[in-house]
Amino acid sequence: MTSTAAPPVPVPARRAPAARRPRRKWRGWLFVAPFMLVFALTFIAPVVYAFVLSLFRDQAFFGGTVFVGADNYVQVFGDPKFWEAFRRVLVFLAVQVPIMLVLALIAALAIDSARLHAAGFFRIVIFLPYAVPAVVAALMWGFIYGDHFGLAADLNHLLGTDSVKPLSQNWLLTSIGNIVTWEFVGYNMLIFYSALKVIPKELFEAAAIDGAGTFRTILSVKLPAIRGAIVVATIFSIIGSFQLFNEPNIMRNLVPNMIVTNYTPNMYAYNLSFNGQQYNYSAAVAIVMGVITAVIAYVVQLRGSRKEM
Amino acid sequence: MALYLLYTLVPLVWLIINATKTQPALFSTSGLSFGDSFALFDNIGKTFGYNDGIFFRWLGNTLLYVVVGAGGATILATAAGYGLAKYRFPGRRGVFAVVLGAVAVPPTALAVPTFLMFSKLGLTNTPLAVIIPSLISPFGLYLIWVYAADAIPDELLEAARIDGAGELRIFLTVTLRQLVPGIITVTLFTMVQTWNNYFLPLIMLSEPKWYPLTVGLNQWSAQANGAGAQPIFNLVLTGSLLTIIPLVVAFLLMQRFWQSGLSAGSVKQ
Repeated sequence: MTSTAAPPVPVPARRAPAARRPRRKWRGWLFVAPFMLVFALTFIAPVVYAFVLSLFRDQAFFGGTVFVGADNYVQVFGDPKFWEAFRRVLVFLAVQVPIMLVLALIAALAIDSARLHAAGFFRIVIFLPYAVPAVVAALMWGFIYGDHFGLAADLNHLLGTDSVKPLSQNWLLTSIGNIVTWEFVGYNMLIFYSALKVIPKELFEAAAIDGAGTFRTILSVKLPAIRGAIVVATIFSIIGSFQLFNEPNIMRNLVPNMIVTNYTPNMYAYNLSFNGQQYNYSAAVAIVMGVITAVIAYVVQLRGSRKEM
Repeated sequence: MALYLLYTLVPLVWLIINATKTQPALFSTSGLSFGDSFALFDNIGKTFGYNDGIFFRWLGNTLLYVVVGAGGATILATAAGYGLAKYRFPGRRGVFAVVLGAVAVPPTALAVPTFLMFSKLGLTNTPLAVIIPSLISPFGLYLIWVYAADAIPDELLEAARIDGAGELRIFLTVTLRQLVPGIITVTLFTMVQTWNNYFLPLIMLSEPKWYPLTVGLNQWSAQANGAGAQPIFNLVLTGSLLTIIPLVVAFLLMQRFWQSGLSAGSVKQ
């Protein structure tokens, strides 16, 4: 794989016309080669290296590493800690992603319909949380959830109850989902909005002539027209959910007992390497997660584009 | 919509309000009202002064990672996106497939293997460990590529060639100008990514002197919450606010450019 990144680098030709033709063919590499070189170092090499690592195992007592073939993978598939983490992100994915995308879609449609005043203002404000680092978002919401000086305490005080407990075991995953939703609705809204903006105006005129109302236009014209954008946003969101790490890892400061080291698959892989020194097994976990993510993203894309026909 | 606006803004307003409070006032007053005293500037001073000014150092590190990492990523993505859009060369399809495949590979999945590889190369715990992986933005490449396909007519390039300009010169003098909205969009997004990056520096760096703001802030938060904690909640809050401000300002100032860059990019979808 790596060899594709080191093509014969062309010399931009400006000599005899006869020599120009064959060299001309390679000119594009002048621009692409620098990217591909760094790409090989930061994308391709680590993937290959992770795969190699995953085939070995450290001999804790005897020293050295031995080749174990697929043993690490067999172990991942039978590892209850891995599957517990996996189920958790699956639940998260099934609930959080639809809520976030529907909110983003509603926001985009509202801003796109000419009826909303100050649409530009809404657009930029809703997008704003995307510029907030996940660390700050998680810290901020973590404080807000807390009963020290957060809003949860105020709300309880106001309602005269103590039932609002975002940091309790039952609500924790929902609370994390809320942070992620807050961060990314605006980003997805922007993807939908920019797709809505380029729908040809004739389609709306045609729909109006056919007597379509607002909702009918949305259902029959706008949504089909931005299907590509919806598929892209869904794929990015699925990848994001499977890779959940920052928010729960930062909130561990607040509730260390509830967020276990295998809270998400990514946290599990991280803790295996950095607290357990099990690099080889961690590489296998990362690869399994990567493959599962890629397969699901691929299936979503296939289904998404098939409907188009 | 108004309700959603409230949901978006309340946490940010909460952060601003609470960054103006002293440590005791944080505990004694309600979350959405100001404390008795206005301590914002005092807090900012303390944030920068705490621990021999480590926050200032983190800010400098973040700037370094953003300027070199995000800047480099934008340059590489611009050149490669343009190359893919406007040249037919052997291996083009291969490049296309590999890079699009990479969009689907989340950066976090690569981080652990990259760490292991970099530690073999002796790069961990140096700024390079954060900068080098930040140099690649498949999304940026994709955006420029789609944008260049639209924004640069082939006739323009042909005309320049007939005038005897070399390919590099055409790129520098003709192409770049046409690509400005696309480049600004990519710059902003790579900037956000690098400024907000947490996972990569977290694993690559072990010495606080190389931390960016995100990792540093979380360390403060751990310190404020841990056993026998030093209560520096006011510093965590003020530091958080200071971390957000540059990006928010950048987005507000450049909104016209990046929004037009994005919608032009989606034409091809």
